[in-house]
Amino acid sequence: MLKTFPLGGVHPPENKLTAGSKIKVMSVPKAVYIPISQHIGIPSEIIVNKKDKVVIGQIIAKSQGFVSANIHSSVAGTVTKIDKVINSSGYKQQCIVIRTDVKDETNFVKEPFPLKKEIELSSEEILQRVSDFGIVGLGGATFPSHVKLNINKETNIDCLIINGVECEPYLTCDHRLMLERAEEIIVGVEILLKALNLNRAVIGIENNKKDAIANFKKITDNNSKIQIAALKVKYPQGSEKQLVKAILNREVPVGGLPSDVGVVSLNVGTIFAVYEAIQHNKPLTDRVVTVTGKKLENPSNYWVKIGTPIKDLIEEVGGLPKGTRKLINGGPMMGKAIKNTDVPVTKGTSGVLVIDEEEASRGKAENCIRCGECVTVCPMGLEPHLLMSLSERGLFERMGKEDVKTCVECGSCSYVCPSHRPLLDYIRFGKNGVIKLEKAKN
Amino acid sequence: MTDSVVYSVLLLASLGVIAAIVLYIVSKKFYVYENPLIADVEDILPAANCAGCGSPGCKSFAEKLVNSEDISDLFCPVGGNDVMKSVAELLGKEVTEKDPTVAVLRCQGSCDVRPKTTEFQGPRTCAISSMVYSGETDCQYGCLGDGDCVKVCKFDAMYMDEKTGLPVIITDNCTSCGACVEECPRDIIEMRPKNKRDLKIFVGCLNEDKGGIAKKACAVACIGCSKCEDICPKDAITMENTLAYIDPVLCTLCRKCVPVCPTNSIIETNFPPPKVKKVEKKKEKKPVVKKEEIVEPVKVKTDA
Repeated sequence: MLKTFPLGGVHPPENKLTAGSKIKVMSVPKAVYIPISQHIGIPSEIIVNKKDKVVIGQIIAKSQGFVSANIHSSVAGTVTKIDKVINSSGYKQQCIVIRTDVKDETNFVKEPFPLKKEIELSSEEILQRVSDFGIVGLGGATFPSHVKLNINKETNIDCLIINGVECEPYLTCDHRLMLERAEEIIVGVEILLKALNLNRAVIGIENNKKDAIANFKKITDNNSKIQIAALKVKYPQGSEKQLVKAILNREVPVGGLPSDVGVVSLNVGTIFAVYEAIQHNKPLTDRVVTVTGKKLENPSNYWVKIGTPIKDLIEEVGGLPKGTRKLINGGPMMGKAIKNTDVPVTKGTSGVLVIDEEEASRGKAENCIRCGECVTVCPMGLEPHLLMSLSERGLFERMGKEDVKTCVECGSCSYVCPSHRPLLDYIRFGKNGVIKLEKAKN
Repeated sequence: MTDSVVYSVLLLASLGVIAAIVLYIVSKKFYVYENPLIADVEDILPAANCAGCGSPGCKSFAEKLVNSEDISDLFCPVGGNDVMKSVAELLGKEVTEKDPTVAVLRCQGSCDVRPKTTEFQGPRTCAISSMVYSGETDCQYGCLGDGDCVKVCKFDAMYMDEKTGLPVIITDNCTSCGACVEECPRDIIEMRPKNKRDLKIFVGCLNEDKGGIAKKACAVACIGCSKCEDICPKDAITMENTLAYIDPVLCTLCRKCVPVCPTNSIIETNFPPPKVKKVEKKKEKKPVVKKEEIVEPVKVKTDA
């Protein structure tokens, strides 16, 4: 029996169109638009001026506090302006615009770094570099990684979990990375085991990526520290709490973090970024992005420089197909619909999904028929239908008592609702209300 | 037969007496003294329970009025100066007079001038729309048009105009309780002083983008050209983030700024039409029934 989390979950059509094609290198954009807030926490402070020359990997915005991250230039070129550019929520946000210098050869290096296995840095140096090089969780939540790795001495950590689940339909960026850079990822895991002084790491992969599982098993054959866990295909297994429960059968307490049960968990993309930072001195300036959609000419995975406008990606795959109704930044379950293609790729952009009318339109919301489907699929054991009606009435105090804050916003409830009720929208709204209420009380 | 009648009468009578005694004792023992003034003040208050004064309802506001020494900070926006004066007479305390205010809508982005670029199929409330994304148009500052303000208005002073997609404020009904101001996630509604004839001049835009971008999103957006600031004789107009704001205290309603605005984003309400164009304009504008004075989305007509 394959492992999985016990409560709820759904299995939407996988649609992993790009699973078989190699990651291509995206052509260098004419200009990049790098937002100063690409992570959860305090936005970074811009430290370059207009007309400054920058090189690849140069810090252009400095971290402002503990939960914040440095931002590095992804191209060599000139800062043309510091402007407000639309982000994936539709609001305008401070961006550093850098025009690429077409004469600079460093922009066009295509060969990947050679594999380097010896870890030279000490544990402290590794942690410092993760923090300096602006590494954040690349699974989508963009939580600064150094915060996760900064563990005080009283906490007992005994296991590192590597999240290679990729439970979102359509997305294959982690899958391809695991196939093509498996050895590097294993070195990355060893780096983190050394940094955290641990002896056990588990890589969790859903069973629809059998090739990746086999690949890892082959490489780690005589490595007692690293285990591979094949998991049953179920959404939202990529959520940290669900993954910890599935692999180790440990329950992260309400309002707690995985470190409370002795676990640190990181995405495979993040691990690869750590590998490059430690072994090759390269800050986080690019990532793998899945550009996909059923109507696209050639959907594919790309190495994309952070700050590349999404329109460049769309051009690369052959332009927007006819009848496109929706563009999503991320996967179809948790991604955000974007307003136009000027939105730049950020550290958290795992995919760009182009969908047509049929898939895009939401059904008309009808009355709740009390079928209880939403309760069945909720991975956190909440009652979405109740939370929605409380939220509609503004009863935030009651919502707080119903533990609405544990909601992981996976959207399984909205996905299964036969009445097409906008459950997640209202629950999110309620969550905000509860947080505001709590702030007002203190 | 007669026995049962007598018994039942006696039984009921004795039950009544016992209950009366118990009630008497309880009412004496658990008596709570309440200042009779509170009830008197509550009678004067408009009983709208709108919370515009800051208290949850009229009763608690009355308690506050009676119990606090200095009530000069307290004001009932619905009752206005008249109510506050009679409260002051009753309590023998001082109140400050406040100019009556009225809600105004600082956005004129109707469907004609602010085209929709996207479509949202989620729940139609402003609170959720503004949380999820920046609205169906390209303007991230303007009205979302889902009518949360209309839903909270307890005085029928607002309605949604189907044609423009914007809420309309019926100034005669507005009690300036401030519920809509609080509800609007975009802070579009502002309370501005209402003088005798309800003359107002204000900037009908909140777009802080640079001129070109603002204009592209909405034809009547403030583009931050500062023409109004330059022409204002009283320095009532300030520019911040390429957006003009007219200070209602400093403004003398001279109307010099209105014609200079290249995008017609300064709104004037209830003024008689300008003298020069009197003849032409009267024909155009006057047929409107004057009774229902509405903050009309300023003439987007071609008389710039």
